[in-house]
Amino acid sequence: MDFGLSQDQEMLCDAISRTLADTCPLDHVRECAEGSVPFSDNVRSALGEIGIWGMMVPEQHDGLGMTMLDAAVVAEQLGYAVAPVPFIGAHVLAPLALAQGGSEELKAHWLPRIAKGEAQIAVAIAETVEIRDRAGVDFDGAKLDGTALFALDFLEADAFLVADTAGRMHFVAGDAAGLEKVALKTIDRTRSVGELRFSGVAGEALADDGGATVRRLRDAGRVLLAADSLGAGQAMIEKAVDYAGQREQFGRVIGSFQAVKHMCAEMAARHEPCRSLVWYAAHAFDATPDEASLVACHAKSHTGEVHRFVARTSTEVHGGMGFTDLLGLHFWFKRIGFDRQVLGGPEAVRAEAAALQGWTQVA
Amino acid sequence: MDLDYGPQYDVFREEVRQFLQTHGHRAPDGQGRAARPSPEAVEWQKLLILHGYTARTIPKEYGGYGAEPDILKSRIIAEEFSRAGIPAGLANQGISMLVPTLLELGTEAQKRQWIEPTLNGEIVWCQGYSEPGAGSDLAALKTSARVENGDFVINGQKIWTSTAKQADMIFCLVRTEPDAPKHGGISYLIFSMDTPGIEVRPLKTMTGHAEFNETFFTDLRVPLDQIVGQRGQGWYVANATLGHERGMLGDPDALENRLQALVRLMQKERIGQGCAMDNAVLRDRLVALQAEVAAMKFNGMRILSNSLRGDAGGMAKLVVKLQSCELAHQISALAIDAMGEMGILYHGSEREREDGAWQWNYMFQLGLIIGGGTAQIQKNIIAERGLEMPREPKFATPPAAEQATAVASGQNKGAA
Repeated sequence: MDFGLSQDQEMLCDAISRTLADTCPLDHVRECAEGSVPFSDNVRSALGEIGIWGMMVPEQHDGLGMTMLDAAVVAEQLGYAVAPVPFIGAHVLAPLALAQGGSEELKAHWLPRIAKGEAQIAVAIAETVEIRDRAGVDFDGAKLDGTALFALDFLEADAFLVADTAGRMHFVAGDAAGLEKVALKTIDRTRSVGELRFSGVAGEALADDGGATVRRLRDAGRVLLAADSLGAGQAMIEKAVDYAGQREQFGRVIGSFQAVKHMCAEMAARHEPCRSLVWYAAHAFDATPDEASLVACHAKSHTGEVHRFVARTSTEVHGGMGFTDLLGLHFWFKRIGFDRQVLGGPEAVRAEAAALQGWTQVA
Repeated sequence: MDLDYGPQYDVFREEVRQFLQTHGHRAPDGQGRAARPSPEAVEWQKLLILHGYTARTIPKEYGGYGAEPDILKSRIIAEEFSRAGIPAGLANQGISMLVPTLLELGTEAQKRQWIEPTLNGEIVWCQGYSEPGAGSDLAALKTSARVENGDFVINGQKIWTSTAKQADMIFCLVRTEPDAPKHGGISYLIFSMDTPGIEVRPLKTMTGHAEFNETFFTDLRVPLDQIVGQRGQGWYVANATLGHERGMLGDPDALENRLQALVRLMQKERIGQGCAMDNAVLRDRLVALQAEVAAMKFNGMRILSNSLRGDAGGMAKLVVKLQSCELAHQISALAIDAMGEMGILYHGSEREREDGAWQWNYMFQLGLIIGGGTAQIQKNIIAERGLEMPREPKFATPPAAEQATAVASGQNKGAA
């Protein structure tokens, strides 16, 4: 019995944390976020040396074939450092989708390139959670028509994996005829999402498995958004505690006032159990697939709620400085905001969790 | 991450299941486990001790089972009893707080005299810690014990003494050294509740029931040897047990059971042609609570795993009392909301649901948020010990203002 990270996972965590501390200081994040494409070449190549980009690629395709808990450890550290690199879409969901439903040719061509960090495939499954602005992509057996919103790791993508309205995944080359790509600007400038408009686009359909692949992608994406949020939340709590221990008003450090102390305690008290929830949800993804969707929903919705509280409370502890651009605290605030909404806000995700348990009357 | 307990534990789990199948019918019903255990409950308790399913690590010579500590076996016992819906060993204040204290700090004679009958449920204890003027600032307690002709002579008042009516004995904090600094003037005494000079008055709470008492001491005489630890060391003696109480209040299985009860209520409670579960807002709140219960359950597994490694538990453990008590309260709050207007029924009314248990829980759990170290004291502990934030500065204050400052800073752990 061992509920927690293995020694290897602790080492992975340390390696990433050290690499990000060296290569991804706030000034660099700011520089990337203010550019036209947020992704940092420096951070990408440094993390590539640890083998991050192929961690979810199967070993027979030159990857490391690691677990979702390993990926969660990475996502948490990326969130902690607000790292401007593609990960959840391009390096987890894309290899998962290809490995599960891709043709041998697709796998042989793309998976080794993903593992080396030479290829980036963006993944668009937002409409399988909720349809907004009448988006959705129809597949008539040959061509794709319609719109997919919020493709993850969008800018500079070489290709796309997109879900159709029946829940089947399709591979689409970046330069496919009839494909229009529109970047969407979000609060979080350390990430990249975009819109795909299809007019009679020829793609390659992945295996028709009745939506099973899409469900796995949704679960994985939710667990990793929760893990990212966990890391960003941890950073915001540490920053609040540090600031409160230095800032003086009325002749004493503000951290000695109970009003401030209790804000920090409330953040920690709500945040700490999230860690176990995220770990368990990541573990369940591989170990107990039957409950994986439900615990992924719990992890996503609960961290969404807790870290919204952490984000605003940490900002308040920083007082006026927290509100400025100068301090840069807002990068974490916005990262948490992104993690909360993407692949379903808490209400949408909880509705899904209720349905999974048969608590919703089927209309 | 490895959630298997391993093969030797599977064997142990099977043994526990066998025991429950064979002997489960002898377990007392809920009433038998009231403050004063019934004769059947005492027999059941003795049977559990004999098999090592309670008092497991207490040495045999003091009436326990005498096993080496094994956290996983204890966990398996709790899981299997909970799953079978069969009452596990008694968990009253004597067993969870006095017995560990005596084991650690009692004399050999005290251990031999008190531990075994306490474990068996034959001697019931109550706790005399809090006073009207000493709650969160427990060390400000004023109940005095002066020495006179070979006895302590005790005068004062305790409050929140649950089970004082049924108790045979009390473990009690009193001030024996009035001139010493406040933490250094306290002693930990144990004495009979039949001692002349004790008056117990029921303390009716907002629930309408008297779950607690006020206990008054007037010129009560207690022999000098009925002290645990040294004179003036009572604060440290008592602190050895406060951790046990905090652990007792945060039981993740209890939260899961409450949540399951809420799910059943929402499926059963009719609204028009449907049920409460059909209401999207109520359902959303239910799933939010379910996620939180899951987080606390996995947090408990993490604490368990940490303690197997010999880690103290850290932040994961510090947050349990605050989070669990609040969550339990929120579960009851949703139950009342799911009942709508039916939610106000109480006092044995017509149409009352489940004997008013949800309303009682809702109110009583607010008491648990306040008791055993208030939520505010818990936050101080989380901030100061967990996050290493600065303590409240000490001001040079005149004696009259000193108490007010101490209450505001809440640096001391409180006990109800």
